[in-house]
Amino acid sequence: MTRFRCNGMDVQTGAAPMSRLLDVLREDLRYTGPKEGCGEGECGACTVRIDGEPVMSCLVPVCQVEGAEVQTVEGLAQPVVHAVQSAFLQHGAAQCGICTPGFLMAAAALLDENPHPTREEARVALAGNLCRCTGYQKIVDAVVRAIAKEA
Amino acid sequence: MSIGTSPPRRDGLEKIVGSSLYADDLRPDGCLYGATVRSSRAHARILGLRRDPAFDWTGVTLVTAADVPTNIVTLMTDDQPVLAGGITRHVHEPLALVAAPTREQALAAARAVIVDYEDLPALFDPELAEGNAIQIFGHDNVFKKISIRRGTFGGRQGIRVRGRYQTGLQEQLYIEPMSMLALPRPDGGFTVQGSMQCPYYIDRAVKRMLGDERVNVVQAVTGGGFGGKEEYPSMLACHAVLLARASGRPVKITYRRDEDLRATTKRHPSIIELDTLVSPGGHVLEFGARIVMDGGAYHTLSTVVLSRAILHVTGPYRAEAVALDGVCVATHTPPNGAFRGFGAPQAQWAAERHMDRVARTLGLDPLELRRRNLYKEGDITATGQVLHDPGGFAVLDRALAAAEAPVDDKTIRPGVTAPAMARGRGLALAWHGCGFTGNGEAKIKGKVALEVRDGTVYVGIASTDIGQGTETIFPQIVAEELGIDTARVQMLPHDTAQVPDSGPTVASRTAMVVGGTALAAARALRRHLQSTAMSDEHGFDALLSRLAPDATARVVETYEVDANIQWDMDTYQGDAYPCYGWSCVIVDLRVDTDTGEVIYDRVVTATDVGRALNPVLASGQIEGGTLQALGWATQEEVVLDSRGGMRNDRLTNYIIPTALDAPEMVTELVEIPFAGGPFGAKGIGEIPMDCPAAAVAQAIEAATGAALHALPMTPERVLAALETPGESR
Repeated sequence: MTRFRCNGMDVQTGAAPMSRLLDVLREDLRYTGPKEGCGEGECGACTVRIDGEPVMSCLVPVCQVEGAEVQTVEGLAQPVVHAVQSAFLQHGAAQCGICTPGFLMAAAALLDENPHPTREEARVALAGNLCRCTGYQKIVDAVVRAIAKEA
Repeated sequence: MSIGTSPPRRDGLEKIVGSSLYADDLRPDGCLYGATVRSSRAHARILGLRRDPAFDWTGVTLVTAADVPTNIVTLMTDDQPVLAGGITRHVHEPLALVAAPTREQALAAARAVIVDYEDLPALFDPELAEGNAIQIFGHDNVFKKISIRRGTFGGRQGIRVRGRYQTGLQEQLYIEPMSMLALPRPDGGFTVQGSMQCPYYIDRAVKRMLGDERVNVVQAVTGGGFGGKEEYPSMLACHAVLLARASGRPVKITYRRDEDLRATTKRHPSIIELDTLVSPGGHVLEFGARIVMDGGAYHTLSTVVLSRAILHVTGPYRAEAVALDGVCVATHTPPNGAFRGFGAPQAQWAAERHMDRVARTLGLDPLELRRRNLYKEGDITATGQVLHDPGGFAVLDRALAAAEAPVDDKTIRPGVTAPAMARGRGLALAWHGCGFTGNGEAKIKGKVALEVRDGTVYVGIASTDIGQGTETIFPQIVAEELGIDTARVQMLPHDTAQVPDSGPTVASRTAMVVGGTALAAARALRRHLQSTAMSDEHGFDALLSRLAPDATARVVETYEVDANIQWDMDTYQGDAYPCYGWSCVIVDLRVDTDTGEVIYDRVVTATDVGRALNPVLASGQIEGGTLQALGWATQEEVVLDSRGGMRNDRLTNYIIPTALDAPEMVTELVEIPFAGGPFGAKGIGEIPMDCPAAAVAQAIEAATGAALHALPMTPERVLAALETPGESR
């Protein structure tokens, strides 16, 4: 049995210790935010935060999150949607949307560390996530303007 | 006023909080997981399929070709089986299906099906395919030949310039892999739900396969398509339905990425030879083209891809005489199919590279050469179409102005400033026919339904939102015409049981053609309400107030074809498209002359969109298409193994651009309205794919002197070109 916190709630799973965190989140806990795009850590669609760090959940065995705080995009929207989520909506940074949860988790982690990133800093932070719809232009727009808008 | 503003996308909130339900998020009770047994041979006789006796088959459903009522994937021709029975014609072709309670069990069961083959000789080279003794399709392996002749050849003085241009396979690489669900219905039929572009393609394919009309098809939220989910989902839906039929349970098939890469369609590779006679002043006198495209083992949409290629192969330039010949052939490789641009990017890569070759030969400035030949008002195309309001000069001027404007440093990517960096700028122009070719729309007769209930207008279309934003644009169009708030216009689910057939979600036609039909439907709705209310009142609410509070109304409008459009399919003469979009792209890049790597700094695009219905969504289409084209230009290479299958079937080795590879983009929307589109809008989905690769090649040439003529321009190819500058390759 693995116990951890997910989106602020205590959860436990009887999944095999080497089960992918992605599968536990999707199959056992029924979150739909983390997506599987490649299953080998290349596309970033499954990105969640573990103790604040953006991590690709398809590469993490669930035993590694024992006692950790896991956040999915559903948790990022609680209690209110994060500034970067609003910015994605406003600036057209989501198109088909399948990569969006992963980008949001990577972007939120960046903004925690660096609330006013340059465009280049945003690109570096998001380089582990693939998007095929936007050309990244509006994603970068949204990330650099997310916090600026609040201030 | 709603048109020309950018309300956030309708499906945006669900997408940013993770609650949108894509196909793989759907989990009906008792659902089984499906997996596919695939051919390991390029061309072989299938002697038999056996269950491995060592495997535990309890709870596993197995379906083979013998279980398929009508073993055809219905599309344009009837050559492709749902499951191959006697002969397999390409590696990774589906031979059998299994379903099991878990995905892992299903994958294990698929591996436990043993196939016995007798190998047959295979053919992989498209240039050797036509008339080859090894037969794949018909008697000559030709899916389609098209020729266009206009004007007379001979008797002119000039300089002859010849060139050969090539393009490779490209994977659409939607981030959501293919996924489809089949659910048995209480009436004995099936509901299909999944990731798709064209619900009615699937509706027709499943009904014909089963010989049963009790089928409906529902689009789930779809994670990108780019053409890749135009035709292949019909095959996948047939597979899911076969397993649901055999097991009596809901069945879901979701491909893993490697399976998706190996098995699904790609962009057609092309070999294009151009042969032109030009005057010393750079005017194109005679333009000859020979196009060879590789369709793979089955026809899919190859005829239409070739058609669009030949219709765009002159680029946006006039010629006094043209002789264009194209052939699309069969090879023993997985079938190629629809991909954004649909033959036009390959053709215009060749056309633009050839313009640069002509400029080099004549010693003319490439931009000046283009100005001398670019279509002007009243010019006549290769098909004899007289052009009105051609936008080539408008997009050229806008792009040049934007590229020359003083830039904020922050809008230029800080490329690596190693001493081995050579900087270059390149420019390319393109045109793109919007909507179906010729009389295509007259055949399709796309429909839009509008319903009024409780003061809300519901839009029923089969056109799907795969990211472009049509769920947002259609309410804008209808609300604008009716003079109501967009919030009062809602979209019906894309369920073939609820919405009429609007035609497929392809060919840059959804906003322009189906959107135009929605506008006509809104006008028809007003007339219907006026007639019901016996009032000539114009306002929507004023009309509703004259009806009973629970009054409902429904109108269905069919696309009205412009009677002035004339097209002869036999001679390929007439009005090839109702209108054209125009594009100019300027690329600033650096070439690392030590490694051959190309680094993009900035890309300026100017695109004639007719009218930007929603400027944020419109520019999003253009930016995304531009980067997809840059990937095709320098990064994306499909490597085939000895069986004709994709060897680099992972995202670790099929490389698409990341945020660090992408340039900063300046996106200029030029609006030359098209009277036949809603509020002047033209199709914009595909044109962003047309220019960038040629602009990149010109920029590499400007930076280094190396002229490349084959895509992709990978570091290896760039390095090879640097070592032998001036050579054609």
